[in-house]
Amino acid sequence: MRCAEIFGLGLLGSYLPYMLEGAIWTFALVGGGLTLGFAMGVPFAILRVYGGKGAKAAIDAYVWVYRSIPLIVLLFLYYWGIFPVILGVKLSAMATSILALGTRDAAYETMIFRAALESIDPGQMLAARSLGMTRWQAVRTIVLPQALRIAIPGWTNQYAIMLKDSSICFALGVLEILTRTRYVTISIGSYFIPYLIAGILFIILTYGGTKVFNIVYEKVQIPGLVGGK
Amino acid sequence: MVTLEILAISMPISVLLGIALGTARVYGNVIIRGIASAIVITFRGFPVLVTLLLIFFGLSDFGIYVPPFWTAVIGFILCSGSYQSEYVRGAIRSIDIGQSLAARSIGMTKLQEVLYIILPQAVRRAFLGITNELIYLVQYSSLAFVVGVPEMFAVTKTFNSLYFRPVETFTTLAVVYLVMISVLVVFFRGIERRLAIPGIELTTK
Repeated sequence: MRCAEIFGLGLLGSYLPYMLEGAIWTFALVGGGLTLGFAMGVPFAILRVYGGKGAKAAIDAYVWVYRSIPLIVLLFLYYWGIFPVILGVKLSAMATSILALGTRDAAYETMIFRAALESIDPGQMLAARSLGMTRWQAVRTIVLPQALRIAIPGWTNQYAIMLKDSSICFALGVLEILTRTRYVTISIGSYFIPYLIAGILFIILTYGGTKVFNIVYEKVQIPGLVGGK
Repeated sequence: MVTLEILAISMPISVLLGIALGTARVYGNVIIRGIASAIVITFRGFPVLVTLLLIFFGLSDFGIYVPPFWTAVIGFILCSGSYQSEYVRGAIRSIDIGQSLAARSIGMTKLQEVLYIILPQAVRRAFLGITNELIYLVQYSSLAFVVGVPEMFAVTKTFNSLYFRPVETFTTLAVVYLVMISVLVVFFRGIERRLAIPGIELTTK
C-alpha cells in the first residue's frame, strides 16, 4: 500500500515499544521535578506567609526570577554554565533536567501553596495561639494539614504543565518520549504519525495522572472543611 | 528581533482565537462546539514542541512545507489560543444568565447579546488568565529554535558554541527574558486598570 509506505507504518510498529518506554523517563522527570518543587515550594510558602521581611523579599525575588526564565534557557544555563563552570560538578542530563524542572516548579508551587495558606481563616491561628500553642505548633498542626489538602488541585495543574514541559528536556538528550520519537522519525523517514502518537500519549498521560490526583483529593478530604463536601 | 516578530504576530491573533474558541464552545451548535472542543483538547494536550514538530516535519509527509517562522507563529497561536479559550469559556459561564434573558427581552438578537453584553464582561473577567497565557507564550517562543527559527535562544546557543562562555551568555539571555516579561506584566496591569468598570467585579485576585 502506498499509504503505509508514506507513513512507514510497518517499521513504526517495531519501534513503538521503544517510544512507549520513554514514558518511564518522562515520569522520572516529572516525579523528580514535582518532588523537588514540593520540597522547596512548601517551606518557601510558609516563609513567605509567616517569615520576616527579609525572608519575604527573598522568596518574592526567587518567584519573580524563576517565573520569568524559559525552561530551555534554565536547562542550558544549568547544564553548560552553573554546574560545570561555577560549581565544578558534572551532572548528568537527567539530573540537570530534574533540577531545572524542580527549581522552576518551586516558584509556581510557592504561589499555589501561599494562596492555600492565606485562604485559611486567621481566626484559627488566633484560636490555636490562645490555647497556648506556639506559632510553629499552630502552623504545623492546624494550618498545614488544611492547606496541603486545599493545594491539591493546584498541584494537579502543575503535574499537567510539567508533564508537557518535560518534553523540552529532549534538548539535553534525555531519553524521554519526545527524544525517542525524534529518533524514530529519523530512522523510519516519516514524521506525522510518530509525532501524532507522541502527542496522544501526552494527552493520555495528562488525563490519567490528573485522575490519580483527583482520587487522592477525594480520599484525603475532611467532611465539613474547606474543599470538603 | 525574530522573537519580537513572532510575538507581535502570534500574541494578538492568539487572543482572538481564544475568544472565538471560548465563545464557540458555549454558544456554538453541536458541530461548531465539537470542532472547537477538538481543537482545544488537542492543542492543550500536546506539548508545544510536539505541535511545532508536527507542523514542520509532520506536514512534510503530505508534501506541505510550512516555513520555520510561520510554523512557530501558527503553533503558538493554536497552543496559546486553546489555553486562553478556557479562561474565556469559564468567564462566559460565570456571567449571570439573567443578563442574557434581559438582553433578549429588549429585542437584541443572539449575536448582539453575545457581542455587546456578554463578551465585553467575559473578556474583562478572563483578562488575568489571558495575560498569564501571553506571558507563558513569551517563554515558549524560545522553543521555536527546534524548527530552526533564529530567535533569541537559537542565536544565544550559536553564540555560546562560538565563544563557549555559557555562564555569561545564558545569564544575559535569562536577564533579557526577565526584563521583557516584567515590562509586559506592568503593561498588562496598566491595561487591566484602564479596562476596569467601576462597580463591576471583574477579576478575582
